[in-house]
Amino acid sequence: MAEIVLENIYKRFGSMTAVNNLNLEIKNTEFVVLLGPSGCGKTTTLRMISGLELPDEGKILLDGEDVTFKRASQRDIAFVFQLYALYPQMTAFGNMSFPLRAQGYSKEKINEEVNNAAELLKIKHILNKKPRELAGGDMQRVALGRALVRRPKVFLLDEPIGTLDAKFREEMRTELKKLHVDIGATTVYVTHDQTEAMSMGDRVVVMNKGILQQVDTPQDIYHSPKNLFVAKFIGSPGMNFVTCIPFRNGEGKVSLKVLAVDAVVAIPEKLQKILIDKNKIDKEMILGIRPEDISIEFKETQNYLKSEIFVIETLGSYNIIDLKLGNEIIRVRTLPTVVPDISSTAFIGFDMDRASLFDKETENSIM
Amino acid sequence: MAEVKLVSLKKSFGDVGALKEIDIDVKDKEFFILLGPTGAGKTTTLRLIAGLDKPDKGDIFLDNLRVNDFPPAVRDVAFVFQYYTLYPHYTVKQNLEFPLKSNLRKTPRDIIDKKIDEVSKILHIEHLLDRPTVNLSGGEMQRVAIGRAIVRTPKVFLMDEPLSNLDAKLREEMRAELARLHLDLGETFFYVTHDQTEAMTMGDRIGVLNEGKLLQVGTPDEIYNKPANTFVAKFVGSPMINLLDSEIEGEKLVIGKRDRAMECTLNDYQCKLVGNAKSKSVVLGIRPEDIIVSKEKQQLNSFEASVYFKQSMGVEDILNLKVTDELIFKAVTPPKFMANVGDKVFANFKMDRSHIFDLESGNRLELKKEN
Repeated sequence: MAEIVLENIYKRFGSMTAVNNLNLEIKNTEFVVLLGPSGCGKTTTLRMISGLELPDEGKILLDGEDVTFKRASQRDIAFVFQLYALYPQMTAFGNMSFPLRAQGYSKEKINEEVNNAAELLKIKHILNKKPRELAGGDMQRVALGRALVRRPKVFLLDEPIGTLDAKFREEMRTELKKLHVDIGATTVYVTHDQTEAMSMGDRVVVMNKGILQQVDTPQDIYHSPKNLFVAKFIGSPGMNFVTCIPFRNGEGKVSLKVLAVDAVVAIPEKLQKILIDKNKIDKEMILGIRPEDISIEFKETQNYLKSEIFVIETLGSYNIIDLKLGNEIIRVRTLPTVVPDISSTAFIGFDMDRASLFDKETENSIM
Repeated sequence: MAEVKLVSLKKSFGDVGALKEIDIDVKDKEFFILLGPTGAGKTTTLRLIAGLDKPDKGDIFLDNLRVNDFPPAVRDVAFVFQYYTLYPHYTVKQNLEFPLKSNLRKTPRDIIDKKIDEVSKILHIEHLLDRPTVNLSGGEMQRVAIGRAIVRTPKVFLMDEPLSNLDAKLREEMRAELARLHLDLGETFFYVTHDQTEAMTMGDRIGVLNEGKLLQVGTPDEIYNKPANTFVAKFVGSPMINLLDSEIEGEKLVIGKRDRAMECTLNDYQCKLVGNAKSKSVVLGIRPEDIIVSKEKQQLNSFEASVYFKQSMGVEDILNLKVTDELIFKAVTPPKFMANVGDKVFANFKMDRSHIFDLESGNRLELKKEN
């Protein structure tokens, strides 16, 4: 059991507010990812949960107990930075048993705990090897094993796989997620990589400049970003943004004027109603649309915008076609069989039922 | 004109980054990408081409001219590094001019101005020319570094992971820009990266390098759809291909030795392949997008599995499906499929899109060409 509650947390360094009134509830067995660019306050938050840093204001509850001013060692929490940091002179067994030996466990108990962890991580066969004899993946597993044997209430991970090669990161993402599913310990994971956040988190906490932007499941963060910052940060390739102005046409219906190409697109009634209700007619808005929600035609089509093929990016299972809409680049995700000529003309249509609209001034979603 | 030809090129120093006799033929105007993990020998290859290191063995040809004994300065190649090496107190313009003003070139002023004008337009940095480089963003600095390579009009551009220090969004933008820049310039690019996305999206051809050995050279399509071995299959593509140990039994592949968890029916071509196989122990390679997940059992190669866990990528979900404790693989579904952890589903293998590799060597099974 481990439930973490952060209440009205503030942390300041000099004149800089690193964490600004953070409220967050992390449920038992949940995998929560703190996501944001460097300096957003995610690591400071993690360090406050661990007890390595104390908040200036606010309260931290661990299973209902106020631990705000308790030392790190009294909190029963395992903190893992880079997974790699192993003691080179010790075997895998030595590394994994280290925390238990430090706590004075019996030899039998140590053997049992290390073996259990090794079983789970499928590294029993390498327990007698030293780190330099191990492949990168096995080193990571040993480092994880060292955190596991303590059976902490909570795992805190700070960009543990950030420095690895892209391919290896992908493997570790799956492995960490699998491990979490198997042992079910509450996990708080810090990263600046949205792919890690999406692929591992039960919920994702997006932060920027010390302020919490959105907390949601990966699906909701992706499909309903609350503001422009979240919309930009999540997704690869990222969401496309088009500046536009909603206006009433002769028949009283609301359409969008797309400024980049001075063209007009019709929008569904639901969207028209939102724009009217929120009083956004004739105000500059930003239309956000994901690459998979744009279709592409090679002949003039109603409600499609004329554009020019800039580059084609093949990814094997799909293609990303970069088009120039006026001076803006728009990315469209297509089947791998769509391979138009560079610099040729194409027409793109937005699936407005899946689009987001942001107020240009406040940058908040109006959806 | 600029072809790069590497013949039996070898370089050893310790284990990491050594090169074991590689042959590469880069065509004029080609965007060639050398792809591999850290320590594969990618940077070593670049440094040999540039003349920064000497090979132990083998030849380097630039446009049919053997340049092994030429010093770097006269090889006429331009190097763009991972870390932008700009002069911080010079303005962007001064940085761009620098290579042209060298003793080797001594370019006249009017030509310098013309070149800088052209290059800054191509790279969209006209507005930055008078700024000191210290105040630029990462993406702008990398553009200036590339600009400094372009003004020299070298025979070949050598690029060593130029995007890996940029943040994810900028990297995405720069990928498209570099691909387009290559088209517009019409020059030969030799580009090194560990990122398969960069390789797939920008390269005309990709060479996959591991432990100093060149494993396959091909177009992105060939590399993705006809990987030469399990290493290439695994290294290219995200989410990663599933590699499942199997045994050949007549016209079937049996996956899961003890419990015979899955029996895959092969197509005609694959039957011929396995008929000629040296060993009965093989690896079935099937990409997550080639496993279709359904709630109902389908006719052929449809296997019951439970949803072990789910990775939501927004545009799609990656389901990790479990058949037995040892047999777990990934399949891609659209988000609207709505599978929950623990659900019973069926994984339908599109065998026509699968690959069969020899277990021991990891090499793709191929039919011998009939004479």
